[in-house]
Amino acid sequence: MFRFFIRRVALTLPTFVALMFVTFVAVRLVPGDPIEARTGERGIAPERLAMLRHELGLDRPVWQQFLDYANGIVHGDFGVSIVTKTPVLSEFATLFPATLELTLCGLAFAIVLGIPAGVIAAVKRGSVFDHTMMTIALTGYSMPIFWWGLLLIMFMSEYLGLTPVSGRMDLINFYFEPVTGFMLVDSLLSDQEGAFSSAVSHLILPAIVLGTVPLAVIARMTRSSMLEVLGEDYVRTARAKGLSPFRVVGLHALRNALIPVVTVIGLQTGTLLGGAVLTETIFAWPGVGKWLIESIARRDYPALQGGIMLITSIVILVNLIVDLTYVAINPRIRHG
Amino acid sequence: MVDQPLPGETILPDGAIIETVPPAPSSLKAFWSAFSENRGAVLGLAVVLFIAFLALFAPLVAPHSPIEQFRASVQQPPVWAGGTWAFPFGTDAVGRDILSRLIYGARISLGIGLSVMIVSVALGIVLGLASAFLRGIVEVVVMRIMDLIVAIPSLVLAILVVAVLGPSLVNTIVAVTVVYLPRYVRLVRAAAMAELSKEYVVAARVAGVGRIRLMFVTVLPNCLAPLIVQAALGISDAILEAAALGFLGLGAQPPIPEWGAMLADSREFIRAAPWIVTLPGLAILITVVAINLMGDGLRDALDPKLRRS
Repeated sequence: MFRFFIRRVALTLPTFVALMFVTFVAVRLVPGDPIEARTGERGIAPERLAMLRHELGLDRPVWQQFLDYANGIVHGDFGVSIVTKTPVLSEFATLFPATLELTLCGLAFAIVLGIPAGVIAAVKRGSVFDHTMMTIALTGYSMPIFWWGLLLIMFMSEYLGLTPVSGRMDLINFYFEPVTGFMLVDSLLSDQEGAFSSAVSHLILPAIVLGTVPLAVIARMTRSSMLEVLGEDYVRTARAKGLSPFRVVGLHALRNALIPVVTVIGLQTGTLLGGAVLTETIFAWPGVGKWLIESIARRDYPALQGGIMLITSIVILVNLIVDLTYVAINPRIRHG
Repeated sequence: MVDQPLPGETILPDGAIIETVPPAPSSLKAFWSAFSENRGAVLGLAVVLFIAFLALFAPLVAPHSPIEQFRASVQQPPVWAGGTWAFPFGTDAVGRDILSRLIYGARISLGIGLSVMIVSVALGIVLGLASAFLRGIVEVVVMRIMDLIVAIPSLVLAILVVAVLGPSLVNTIVAVTVVYLPRYVRLVRAAAMAELSKEYVVAARVAGVGRIRLMFVTVLPNCLAPLIVQAALGISDAILEAAALGFLGLGAQPPIPEWGAMLADSREFIRAAPWIVTLPGLAILITVVAINLMGDGLRDALDPKLRRS
């Protein structure tokens, strides 16, 4: 067990080093000199250019630059944004709670609806409910979420006037200092009447949009895993003992059916963070996804480099945790 | 001893028996009967064929040029919302016929989907077979690179590739191919490794079949079923990913009528001209759903192990 843990953790290290290498190389492949890109068309005196290059270490051999970069990352230095002149890490840290809040709510939406839908579809296999659920799941799975977001804005916000179009909070009527970075929590802490409902109404559409694809994946996975488990001997035994159908499904079957579902949920991190880029762009949600896209538009390569490095590190870390939990809760894998 | 070739074997003139392509598990007819059992899959196939027809014959089918701007009829509503038959699906903000743009857009989207699929399947076969057969350093390097690609969220990786190469249609294909390569490499490698321990492969080796022939002629045909299923489903994923890049302004550039790019600036017309927002997304959704339905049917017919209960 312990050896497996060490082995699995050690295996992520080469991936991490390779990731540093890729982000390092990618940014150097971008056409154009970073200094000249910064000074623009006005040009720059050769000696000043040399000085700036020296300051940034660009006159050193490439392998040394890579070691510097890797060394910086290990020590928490992800570079400095060209545009805002602030460290990439601190920019990321300010924006990340917004993305995390959105992602968690999207995932919660997907789980809360997806697992019951999958269970009911499996129990009532072949019924109208099953067919309807699976059609909806297929549609959700195939959904271009950027279009889905636009549709929801069109109907819920513009046509029905139920929800705001963009942002995280009604900043005209409410203001409070961030405490946790989560709008839902901070608005409650601020004790201002209406602030919490403003936060909820801003969050609801983006969370639905982001949760749609995971919802479909979770519902499909729960259904097929549940169908498999329902055919097992111990489920038949439980039924034969005269347990109520609710106990059989909810207690005996669901517990075992959930093991693969939990893994699938964990593996949604990448989908969620990728989806966050689109969702945040549509809803002007001030998170890391929108920031990443804006960094490209501003040609802020250090921000892009650091941002991708940080986002991917989070995904690698979450996948590692999912793997380890999986092994911890499922002895069959451990000894297999 | 007089040799009668067993099924799937060929006897060379010098008497050596070699394993050739084993008989296909089912004939085309059997495949069709399994496939057509699934009504959704047949519907999906029909829709895909229809869209492919539109894409192929776009210049003949489309009523107008996709980039011609009819200045007199800007933002004209579709025919069911009070428009005219001259522009059945209405016109966009600069007066281009939306129906024509959607039809030409089918070329772009299906083109991207197919190119990504073909390139990544080809690379996937080569890299997957190479790692299964050569093992050692080749396998380690290839599989670690695939692990890395998988670790980066697909859209984020595609964004990185496009940011480096610059936004364009071709670079979209490159970016999406990179993103989807690992699933083919992993699949081919796993399938090939499972085949490698089987007796027919050992027999072929003993008979002296060369490595290349062993890889591509003996083993590969037996790995095809899951690969075909994955390839079909991969087309729809590639279309979605490319449309997302187009939407973010990182894919096909204007005035190319790519469906995602058509949605990029549509936000400001949500109130004034909702059809500009609705129709391109609907085109993406219908295409992707149809391909996924078809892919599910293929999986049920070709790969009983993966059959969804």
